Amino acid sequence: MTRLNARIPEGPVAEKWTAYKSGSKLVNPNNKRKLDIIVIGTGLAGASAAASLGQLGYNVKVFCYQDTPRRAHSIAAQGGINAAKNYPNDGDSAYRLFYDTIKGGDYRAREANVYRLAQVSNQIIDLCVAQGVPFAREYSGLLTNRSFGGAQVSRTFYARGQTGQQLLLGAYSALSRQIAAGTVKLYNRRDVLDMVLVDGKARGIIARNLVTGEIERHAAHAVVLANGGYGNVFFLSTNAMGSNVTPAWSAYRKGAMFANPSFTQIHPTCIPVHGDAQSKLTLMSESLRNDGRIWVPANMADVEKLRKKQIKPSDIPEANRDYYLERRYPAFGNLVPRDVASRAAKERCDAGYGVGATGVAVFLDFADAIKRKGHDAIDSLYGNLFQMYEQIVAESPYDTPMMIYPAVHYTMGGLWVDYELMTTIQGLYAIGECNFSDHGANRLGASALMQGLADGYFVLPYTIGNYLANEIHTPRFDTASSEFTIAAQSVTDRLKQIKNSGGKESVDSFHRRLGKIMWEYCGMARNDAGLTKALALLSDLRQEFSLGVKIPGGLDEYNPEIEKACRVADFIELGELMVRDAHQRRESCGGHFREEYQTSEGEALRNDDEFAFVGAWEYQGRDAAAGLHREELQFNEIKLSQRSYK
Amino acid sequence: MNFTLKIWRQKNVTAKGEMVSYDVSGISPDSSFFEMLDTLNQNLITTGGDPVAFDHDCREGICGTCSLFINGRPHGPAKGVTTCQLHMRAFKDGDTIFIEPWRAKAFPVIRDLIVDRSALDKIIQAGGYVSVNTGGVPDANTIPVPKEKSDAAFDAATCIGCGACVAACSNAAAMLFIGAKVSHLALLPQGRVEAATRVQKMVACMDEQGFGNCSNTYACEFDCPKGISVANIARMNREFLGAKLFAEKERVIKESL
Repeated sequence: MTRLNARIPEGPVAEKWTAYKSGSKLVNPNNKRKLDIIVIGTGLAGASAAASLGQLGYNVKVFCYQDTPRRAHSIAAQGGINAAKNYPNDGDSAYRLFYDTIKGGDYRAREANVYRLAQVSNQIIDLCVAQGVPFAREYSGLLTNRSFGGAQVSRTFYARGQTGQQLLLGAYSALSRQIAAGTVKLYNRRDVLDMVLVDGKARGIIARNLVTGEIERHAAHAVVLANGGYGNVFFLSTNAMGSNVTPAWSAYRKGAMFANPSFTQIHPTCIPVHGDAQSKLTLMSESLRNDGRIWVPANMADVEKLRKKQIKPSDIPEANRDYYLERRYPAFGNLVPRDVASRAAKERCDAGYGVGATGVAVFLDFADAIKRKGHDAIDSLYGNLFQMYEQIVAESPYDTPMMIYPAVHYTMGGLWVDYELMTTIQGLYAIGECNFSDHGANRLGASALMQGLADGYFVLPYTIGNYLANEIHTPRFDTASSEFTIAAQSVTDRLKQIKNSGGKESVDSFHRRLGKIMWEYCGMARNDAGLTKALALLSDLRQEFSLGVKIPGGLDEYNPEIEKACRVADFIELGELMVRDAHQRRESCGGHFREEYQTSEGEALRNDDEFAFVGAWEYQGRDAAAGLHREELQFNEIKLSQRSYK
Repeated sequence: MNFTLKIWRQKNVTAKGEMVSYDVSGISPDSSFFEMLDTLNQNLITTGGDPVAFDHDCREGICGTCSLFINGRPHGPAKGVTTCQLHMRAFKDGDTIFIEPWRAKAFPVIRDLIVDRSALDKIIQAGGYVSVNTGGVPDANTIPVPKEKSDAAFDAATCIGCGACVAACSNAAAMLFIGAKVSHLALLPQGRVEAATRVQKMVACMDEQGFGNCSNTYACEFDCPKGISVANIARMNREFLGAKLFAEKERVIKESL
């Protein structure tokens, strides 16, 4: 079996990145022009990488399934982006950001990568401001910060509740500039369905033009995956409808290992499910927990009266409310990390204290903050979020507490990458949410935007040169070669097979069934019996899907059903891998909560002796169980301890 | 709730389109407009029909993908929302709802309710950016920006690029879209440096792409899901005029030397 080598540079953690950059190979400008790079995805990671690589002089081809790069789902990130600027003078530093991220990830991330992330965080803010990103400012004209979960300093930069949008539009503008300059070519409305390897190295992709159905071949000297997370495996999530795992999964099938697939983040503050026709969930930013207080009634009698609408939330006196986060975690209160807050909400609802028509919701109350800061101050901080909530629920958070419940939001797992962000396939890189590297078993708020942009702007442009320096004599590839022909043929065959399965059930129906299995058995709480059952259910589902899916329309035209079918087929396979991963990890850590492994107070119980490793899975064929490889995690800087937010 | 839907069906860009009538029933008032269309499509798929193609992605009002012209209004009857944030409680039980694609020369129909909006990308590529490279920029707090200006820049930058302004305009003008980007960048010191060339390039590209001129009806502002103000069009016109006059002055000075 292949041994995983993360290729972490020698030396003290704070000097590794500088040392790496000093020692890595460079490609001279004349040679860059002869080298082609494919980037898949145009979210924060993909757009920033494509723009930066184009600016360096490489020939870049960038692919997205959306009609324009500006619509990638990074656009929906609300709260903010972390950086260790220490502008508020509250004691922040690169080390503290590093420490908080490792601790927040429950000690399951790689120290060297996380330290580098903290180090480059400040450069991101500088660049974004230079691009014209309108971050929030003080009356002095200088930038302001706010607090986020899992930290005791204010290090989050934000642009009202639309930080992701503003950062993505910044990256999109940089990308547009390179497209105009001719260094980057855009392929929109394309699904990337396979990777092409030549002599073991990534040399291209097979894409489907979503408008015409044409199967296209594209060659390059290196391929960069930036296709985001796989939260849609749960059907209901805060991801966009089109978010999918397919490019990363096709890489997995070609030999790229998939790490910690079961590490998924359930975000505590989402708008609860309204009914069976629900198609997606909407997040309410974590920043709301700065001013909102989370509670449920302390007495069952009040719970029942609320459900019968005999009383309003405001009728319940202070003494009869259970502010359970403040009660259980006095030090961090409502600002505990996401996994802790989500589980605490589930605990209260499971115990019967949930509110709302379904009993599967808790209150997020702004009454105190409105009293303390005034209506206008709250409006300037959260106006657009309150408005969004009111549109969906038809209730104003100014008048009555919001109702929220946890929902799938982010996936920490992803393709295994080394320090250079290269997967186990030579020349194939994974950046942003689609890799596994920086967030361990739980991601802190405002760290996804930081990681996406760090990878794309400041890490990959250096590390990819170290590989491409050895490729300057490699001529451009002929897409008529047998490797491309075989890959294109297998994509065509697969599409035909799905199209002709001749069943009666729609793709969405299968997707909902998959989501129910995953949420029930591999969601916020997992156990041995449930995971074993899920594996059997998923195996049946896969079988039923291959025989029973119904696809209207043809393959050579715009056909959203065939697009969805390819994605769902991959999600079903991924679901099986997630369950296997959750099953092998006989401990609780971060977002992965195994009910068998908890403290007497119901907190996650890690097992560092046996599980302080990254679990990387290797594909062994369609019908064989994947093989597990371990990357043992070394903690030289930070001492492992039980994560406490009390 | 039950509805009769009159939906524009068109196989591809060259095919002739037509309005087709469908009935949907048992819709929850809490369903979003797209969840109602999902229900229609599920019925069409299982009964051997041809599902309706429409653009959608984030379904939370920020990506700008959705683009339905509902009862004669882009994004439908509710103010300040995208189609995906429209809920069926905004309609009455038994209503007939007309659903069409964005109509504009610059937005050809791809299929049914989906149009090609790459013309908007072209306009951004023409100059909707600050020409900074990755690396080599000053510390973020080196240049203070007055809060009022920064806030005004944000208000303009909040445009989601959906194209509702174009669909709303009787001239199919994209001036609110361009005005928003020109304003966002011209209001900030970082974007000020290139303001004059930017506005000229973007306006030239707008003309090339086949967008019309401002109709001065303010329909764009009224139907913009993000409430972008027409004051941004005024600012763009001012920037454009200033740039042209300045260029003229430069030419005169050069010729006199």
